[in-house]
Amino acid sequence: MKRQFLKTIAAAAVASVTLGWSGVANAADITGAGATFPFPIYAKWAEEYKKVTGVGLNYQSIGSSGGIRQIRAKTVAFGATDAPLPGAELDKDGMVQFPAIIGGTVPIFNLDGFGKGDLRITGPVLAEMFMGKITKWNDPKIAALNPGKNLPDLAITVVHRADGSGTTFNFTDYLSAVSKEWADTVGKGASVKWGAPTAVGGKGNEGVAANVQRIKGSIGYVEYAYAKKNNIPVMQLQNRNGKFVMPDDTTFAAAAAGADWFSVPGMGISLVNQPGDNAYPIVTASFILMYKEPTNKSESAEVLKFFDWAFKNGKQMAIDLDYVPLPDKLTADIRSRVWSQINLK
Amino acid sequence: MPVDITMTDQPQRTTDDVARVQAIARRQRWEDALFHRVTQAFSLLVLAALLGIIVSLLVTAWPALRKFGVAFLWTVEWDIVNEEFGAAIAIVGTLVTSGIALLLAVPLAFGIALFLTETCPLWLRRPLGTAVELLAAVPSIIYGMFGLFVFAPLFADYVQVPLQQVLGGMPLIGWLFGGAPTGIGILTAGIILAFMILPFIAAVMRDVFEIVPGILRESAYGLGCTTWEVVRHVVLPYTQKGVVGGIMLGLGRALGETMAVTFVIGNANRMPTSLFSPGTSIASTLANEFAEAADFHLATLFALGLLLFLITFVVLALAKLMILRAEKAKGL
Repeated sequence: MKRQFLKTIAAAAVASVTLGWSGVANAADITGAGATFPFPIYAKWAEEYKKVTGVGLNYQSIGSSGGIRQIRAKTVAFGATDAPLPGAELDKDGMVQFPAIIGGTVPIFNLDGFGKGDLRITGPVLAEMFMGKITKWNDPKIAALNPGKNLPDLAITVVHRADGSGTTFNFTDYLSAVSKEWADTVGKGASVKWGAPTAVGGKGNEGVAANVQRIKGSIGYVEYAYAKKNNIPVMQLQNRNGKFVMPDDTTFAAAAAGADWFSVPGMGISLVNQPGDNAYPIVTASFILMYKEPTNKSESAEVLKFFDWAFKNGKQMAIDLDYVPLPDKLTADIRSRVWSQINLK
Repeated sequence: MPVDITMTDQPQRTTDDVARVQAIARRQRWEDALFHRVTQAFSLLVLAALLGIIVSLLVTAWPALRKFGVAFLWTVEWDIVNEEFGAAIAIVGTLVTSGIALLLAVPLAFGIALFLTETCPLWLRRPLGTAVELLAAVPSIIYGMFGLFVFAPLFADYVQVPLQQVLGGMPLIGWLFGGAPTGIGILTAGIILAFMILPFIAAVMRDVFEIVPGILRESAYGLGCTTWEVVRHVVLPYTQKGVVGGIMLGLGRALGETMAVTFVIGNANRMPTSLFSPGTSIASTLANEFAEAADFHLATLFALGLLLFLITFVVLALAKLMILRAEKAKGL
């Protein structure tokens, strides 16, 4: 009886191992690693793509630097990064770089009596708040932007990402673009040295949001999709044309519309503070890195097929997840001018 | 006839037996040697892993160590963009949070262990002991989430604000309670750590208190000692080593705890100015920044890891030294 039972277990174990093994061996899965910011949309595309073609995508969202390390070590077919690599480094490594998706970062805040869009702010004032130069909500500079609003005499608590992140890169890239002092003293990066003496760090979007929602008078920043899903108050931000805009897919798309992608080698342009009446100023693209002379040519061909499919069929999925899909003109250019450099023969 | 057979068979059988016994002895000797070698290899594996970790940490941390030298220990700076790094902020955060945790957890654990072994009614012993052990089985991320979402808001409103109002204005200690009462920071991290190490220390203390021979205890009670006197003069001297060991186990865990601390310490790379201010520990800095670190920043993180290794090592060595000196003083 007991022996019979053991036999059954052993048989089941063997069966599951062989099944699992064959599962791994059969599917020629594509491997990629890198940025966490575009992970939800890559995962969604991968799920649908697998349904259509049977080819899966094994994408590990280990962070942009990790993605760059992995593609340099050639353990993955493509790397993904939020902060684009400069053209010189791409040439040195023999890699190409192209954008795959566009998204936005939004400042969030917690102030009694103020809801979504009830507060107007400009880039330089935002920079001074995050540097600790403006310490109270009733500061004249904030009051001047919000006439008639009853701003409290409350200390501003800055909440930032504690972990290195593309969201922080996007946000500090913007602050560097609008404030010379920010660019000189803090700079931009996946993590930076926050000046405000009250600053606290939260882990991930959820950590920042949790702290902002808990601490009265706090201000932070998260990925747009996260703020929208959780209904966290966002503010109106003044863009380069002097207009106050709310973050949404149309203002993100407006920011990306006028971009001249091929002005920088490797397409690594910054989408922050773009001109246009309707352009939201904190927008970023997330990039894909691939080798021009890949060692595993068939897998690289599969990667291109995947993104080709995603550019054609994945637009609505991107919009549903509050990203901005790349415009057709741009994807056509990527096919003809970037993918053509990859030698698949 | 049968006698004959036994007569002739007897010597032959003994030589057979001798040969058999010798064969068994040989096999056993061989088995013993094999057993010895195999277990030795297992233990050496630990040593090899330890050495491997130290060497790989040193190699990867080398660019940072070469650039900053010993000054890395006391430099108060953490600027990733400009690649200026110092470990002082993280070291202070690590030591202060672990210190707070010990300060809170040791007396509590001592009380729990005493109650469980000396005065607890028998029927309550098992459920209480199991509860303590279960507390040790809670994953650290749960403590982190509990700390951030449940403990921190209550702590801010009902502890930090009153503390600040009562003690904030006092001379000498007032500065300890300065800063914004946000509910997260050094003190919160210390308290959450205390929760986490409490079951470890309590469980070890209970186990060592239990091994005190009944005859010693009963003799002391027979002489008219109170419970406290028995504990103070019989149980504690007998179990000193185990008690210190339990505390060190807890301290080791507190020094290296990552997830829970990351949730509640505030993750600010600034020197904390009060118990309420946010700070960072070595482990939480590593957890936060590792994924997006590259090149020199990565080397610096490895240097921090090496430091944590050294701190833990020094703490353990000090504990051993303490035990040795105490034993010498007693003439053991």
